[in-house]
Amino acid sequence: MNFPILSSLILLPSIGALFLFFTRSKSENKITVKYVALFTTLVNFFLSIYLWFLFDQTTSAFQFVEDRIWIEGLINYKVGVDGISILFIILTTFITPLCIISVNNSVTERLNEFLIAILVMETFMIGVFCSLDLVVFYLFFEAGLIPMFLIIGIWGGARRVYSAFKFFLFTLLGSVLMLVAIISIYWITGTTDIVQLYELGIDTKYQNLLWLAFFSSFAVKTPMWPVHTWLPDAHVEAPTAGSVLLAAILLKMAGYGFIRFSLGLFPSASELFTPLIYALSVIAIIFTSLIALMQEDMKKLIAYSSVAHMGFVTLGIFTIQQQGIEGSIIQMISHGLVSAALFLCVGVVYDRMHSRLINTYGGIVTIIPKYAVLFMVFTLAALGLPGTSGFVGEFLILMAAFKDNFLVAVLASLGVIIGAAYMLWLYKRVIFGKLINSELKKMIDLNKSETFTLTCLAIPTLYFGFYPEPLINTIEVSISDLINTYNYSVASK
Amino acid sequence: MNNIELIFPEIFISLSIMFLLILGVFKKNSSKIIHNISLLVLLITAVITFNETISINRSTLFNKSIVVDYLSSFMKIITLLAAFVVLLISSNYLRTFKIFKIEYPILILSSVLGMMIMISSNDLIVFYMGLELQSLALYVLATFNRDQLKSSEAGLKYFVLSALSSGLLLYGCSLIYGFTGSTNFNVIATQFNTNEYALTFGIVFILVGLAFKISAVPFHMWAPDVYEGSPTSVTLFFTMVPKIAALTVFIRFLYVPFLNLIDQWQMILVFLSIASMLFGAIAAIGQKNLKRLIAYSSISHIGYALAGLATGSNDGIQSSVIYITIYIIMNLGFFSCLLMMKRNNIYYEQIDDLSGLSKNHPLLSISLLIILFSLAGIPPLAGFFAKFYIFKSVIEQSMYFLAIVGLLSTVVAAFYYLRIIKIMYFDKEKDSYDKDHSLWLKLSLTVSTVLILMYFIFPSELIDAVSKINII
Repeated sequence: MNFPILSSLILLPSIGALFLFFTRSKSENKITVKYVALFTTLVNFFLSIYLWFLFDQTTSAFQFVEDRIWIEGLINYKVGVDGISILFIILTTFITPLCIISVNNSVTERLNEFLIAILVMETFMIGVFCSLDLVVFYLFFEAGLIPMFLIIGIWGGARRVYSAFKFFLFTLLGSVLMLVAIISIYWITGTTDIVQLYELGIDTKYQNLLWLAFFSSFAVKTPMWPVHTWLPDAHVEAPTAGSVLLAAILLKMAGYGFIRFSLGLFPSASELFTPLIYALSVIAIIFTSLIALMQEDMKKLIAYSSVAHMGFVTLGIFTIQQQGIEGSIIQMISHGLVSAALFLCVGVVYDRMHSRLINTYGGIVTIIPKYAVLFMVFTLAALGLPGTSGFVGEFLILMAAFKDNFLVAVLASLGVIIGAAYMLWLYKRVIFGKLINSELKKMIDLNKSETFTLTCLAIPTLYFGFYPEPLINTIEVSISDLINTYNYSVASK
Repeated sequence: MNNIELIFPEIFISLSIMFLLILGVFKKNSSKIIHNISLLVLLITAVITFNETISINRSTLFNKSIVVDYLSSFMKIITLLAAFVVLLISSNYLRTFKIFKIEYPILILSSVLGMMIMISSNDLIVFYMGLELQSLALYVLATFNRDQLKSSEAGLKYFVLSALSSGLLLYGCSLIYGFTGSTNFNVIATQFNTNEYALTFGIVFILVGLAFKISAVPFHMWAPDVYEGSPTSVTLFFTMVPKIAALTVFIRFLYVPFLNLIDQWQMILVFLSIASMLFGAIAAIGQKNLKRLIAYSSISHIGYALAGLATGSNDGIQSSVIYITIYIIMNLGFFSCLLMMKRNNIYYEQIDDLSGLSKNHPLLSISLLIILFSLAGIPPLAGFFAKFYIFKSVIEQSMYFLAIVGLLSTVVAAFYYLRIIKIMYFDKEKDSYDKDHSLWLKLSLTVSTVLILMYFIFPSELIDAVSKINII
């Protein structure tokens, strides 16, 4: 038996959380608990980097597979990674320590519980990306609701109760249908093991309904238009670290789910419903970009931009071409980095001025220049400037879309232009212009930990913008195999 | 007589009841001793049941009117243990209200005896006898705090409505006897003519009577009032223990004589199940009193258990038994929390009294949080697995409508559980509650919380335990 590296990745944060449960920090700034949490997540991060190092890029088979009987004759605890999931795991383990560092200023009350919630959340998020059994996947997917509900509800802003409830009930409503579908799959095929299901395939006559049931869950989580309305509320009210986790990782669960389950298990239904996805994606891209243009609250603006970016992701996935899906995954990774950074940027000025409204600010470039530079990097990455990771993803997605459907691609490209408009306008209004609000003069530039977190996010954003090869190499084989299987089963229908 | 050892538990418990009554009459101030002896009796009975009957395949005695099989042993042990815990954690509550009397444990023992007879019954007469024994004890228990208007009202209400349902039940029994010539379940199974509509009427009457006992919609009206009015420790007993026995009778009555008439009763069960799940979930939203809220929540939970029974398969029965077991553990945890909400000898039971609990009582509130999420059926807690098994067996029979309605009503139900969590965690704190609870109360809360939280690590144990239940 090899070292169970994936289970360790899943369990470590929870063990850290358990440790925190019994830790009481005497000093005022509660430095001990923070170090415990940080240490746990950093160990997890290096473990995941080691996993990437060991990962074999030449095969699409699942690696590091652990298979244990969990419920006799019903469910196996099965985890494993392939090229598609490993990047999300690394993204998760990379973002979580940054979240914990960023906690410094924003959360003062009940820090212990907050860190426990974040660590438990990390367990569930890694679990989602590792699990190779539908029931195990569902378990992790749904369990994430509990800590996120508490993070929004306890440490959130003024309308936190409304947002927390909306988040919880929307997502739960979407997911229960997926549970029906999972149990149905069990009775149709006799297994919930994903690897076996890939081999067996599911009868075409069941696929459409099952696809829709999974879609209802993923569409809420993505979120796609018109069920995106929980996202702006949740983002605005959540504390900075919560928004970062939500935007960077939680939304990616759905994109991952689309690739792994919708394409992998229900190819002929995916073929049938592609126009639906195209339509919803294009509406999401254009409509929410226009909404973002009109926002006065920075967090809300970024939240709407997330919906638009996820629109690109779903569009790319359902082009069902090598570039499209590669683009989607890179777009998700890039959005994970960039949106996390943008929320942190908003958090930085919010901690100082306690306002998220754009018109509070203006002309702060001379007061906090370091901040202005880093914010610039992420703004440009969000609008997809060449040389940032945002460009690579969007470019690949649009290229694949042009091959498949010209009209959709043109409309989506329109979204890119609006995207550039709202991001640049946001930057202009916050950073440049005349310094009217004299309160702003008291602002202090980034402190060490803020500079550190933002730089940590800026480096991979730029690096993968210029050189996306490591990402593409990792995912390439898995995706091409997925597409081959897909084409084969659609053709043999 | 053959096989007399199979009803040793019942004999032991009835002898103990008589002994305790006499002891209570002749010895003054004996409530504490009787309380403790009753605890011991329940425990010993559970052990006897386990030793004598758990490995018995299926035996009958007294002219086949009593049956002892794995189902009966399993359900009896759960009943006894649940009653044991109820008795264990209620002593402080009873002392506060000055109702720590000898009658209380004895009444609980008698109702448990009635339930054990119900669980083992293989005959309509025996079943009715057990039912009435447990009901009579429960009427008195509901009014136990007799100086309080609400408690008396609860008992009276329960008595009147329950008597009505017993009447319906008896009428059903007489119809079935009239058309099959027997009251024995096994004989009925061989005697009846499937085209006989009067038999269906008989089944419907009995189902109505049973549905009343487990408070399934539309026969639930008594539950919220009775649960609210009764002393909390009695409410705890009401929400768990009688349901185990009634559910067992449900299983036996439907699956032994009338499995062939499944077309007739399946629709009724599906209706009862859907109505209970939805109504319980929706009606609980507006409640302010925690005991009323848990009444509606228990209505909704019984709907899920019935969904398992509606499948007409062994899998369905097993999933219902798992459901009721997990439900009992969750309920125990919930009521342990409720019994801890005490300040200066006053017990608080409004939802608003929980506000800001997390500040003053972090451990209590995190336990309640776990229990509530589990009641709402969120993974990875035990409540999710309970629902998962139910829906697995429901979907196996292609009853998709039932499954989808059931799952949607979990979303509705999630709302009111979340509301309690919101009040505990997001609202301003009030004065803190007493912290000097009895060791047993703390222990029962801890154990139930840990079981709920850690269930996912060894889910197979419970499945193995119920997998020997084989009725069909």
